Amino acid sequence: MYTDTEMIVFMLAAGLGTFITRAIPFVFLRDSKETPKVVLYLGRVLPAACIGLLIIYCLKDVSVIDWPHGIPVAIGILIAGALHYWKRNAILSIFGSTIAYMVMVQFLFLRG
Amino acid sequence: MDGVYSNRAVLAFSFKTSLPVLAGYLGIGLGFGILMAEQGYNCWWAALFSLIAYGGTIQYLCIALLSSAYNPGEAFLLSLLVNFRHIFYGITMADRYKGYGLKKIPLIFGLSDETFSLVSSVEVPEGMDRYRFYLFLTILNHSYWIIGSFLGALIGASVPIDYTGVEFALTALFVVLFMEQIRNSSNILPGIIGLGSALICLLVFGDNMIIPSMALIALILLAWRRYDVHRH
Repeated sequence: MYTDTEMIVFMLAAGLGTFITRAIPFVFLRDSKETPKVVLYLGRVLPAACIGLLIIYCLKDVSVIDWPHGIPVAIGILIAGALHYWKRNAILSIFGSTIAYMVMVQFLFLRG
Repeated sequence: MDGVYSNRAVLAFSFKTSLPVLAGYLGIGLGFGILMAEQGYNCWWAALFSLIAYGGTIQYLCIALLSSAYNPGEAFLLSLLVNFRHIFYGITMADRYKGYGLKKIPLIFGLSDETFSLVSSVEVPEGMDRYRFYLFLTILNHSYWIIGSFLGALIGASVPIDYTGVEFALTALFVVLFMEQIRNSSNILPGIIGLGSALICLLVFGDNMIIPSMALIALILLAWRRYDVHRH
């Protein structure tokens, strides 16, 4: 185990790196300057693209080869999408599909 | 500017917005806390870690580092690498967080995947002080993460309830926000570019998909920009 001081330095190092990745754009895009057109454009198109990236990132540890072949995740996403298309209530879509997913992985799709 | 909504009303709206993150973060935070306890660090260390270095992926990776030789430089470089995608979040929020001066530092510090997805997607009600909403939401999300880590390390592996699968709340959150983005922008292309680029990079690069995905997304979006001039 690390000593207390070592651990604090270790956490600060990880935290600093994380903060830098979040802060860099704000250093270059200061309040006083007009926001460049290309940044306004990216600000408009990046959210959908990034959220698409995050969906895939959430699926990176899902194996379609091994049991249960990603079936619970696929069904969960279909339920979330269908519920949201139907009622457009974010809380209902997210909690409904999460409960369905938990039931699937805990009771229905037990390890083969 | 903030006359219509009281602090309590803004907090209530922020809390409602943050509920899916509450579920997901408690689940994943618990997992982090349990792993910290297994490494011999108590609940206060787990909470402090989540307070200082707020980012799920890097924290899980750091646990692997904890059992090897002491090397904070490696933790620093690794956090730059795995959190590189946050640069996109800053670019997106630069205009929305403009004018807040130093008050935007807490917003930047807490700009996680989930907080970014919400602040870039949610329509702030007319007349609500946007800064307060952004700040409350950022702090709420971060606090769920800290509380989850704390509880995980406190109760360890002897969790009384089986939470397996609760982390799906975050996948569902992204699916829902993705649909909202498409509905609001009346243009599905940016979303499709994000999904497609990431899927290709996952198949080609596996776990190291993030940075190639970002490069591909930026390349396609910038190339496509010339066709976008007629849109506002």
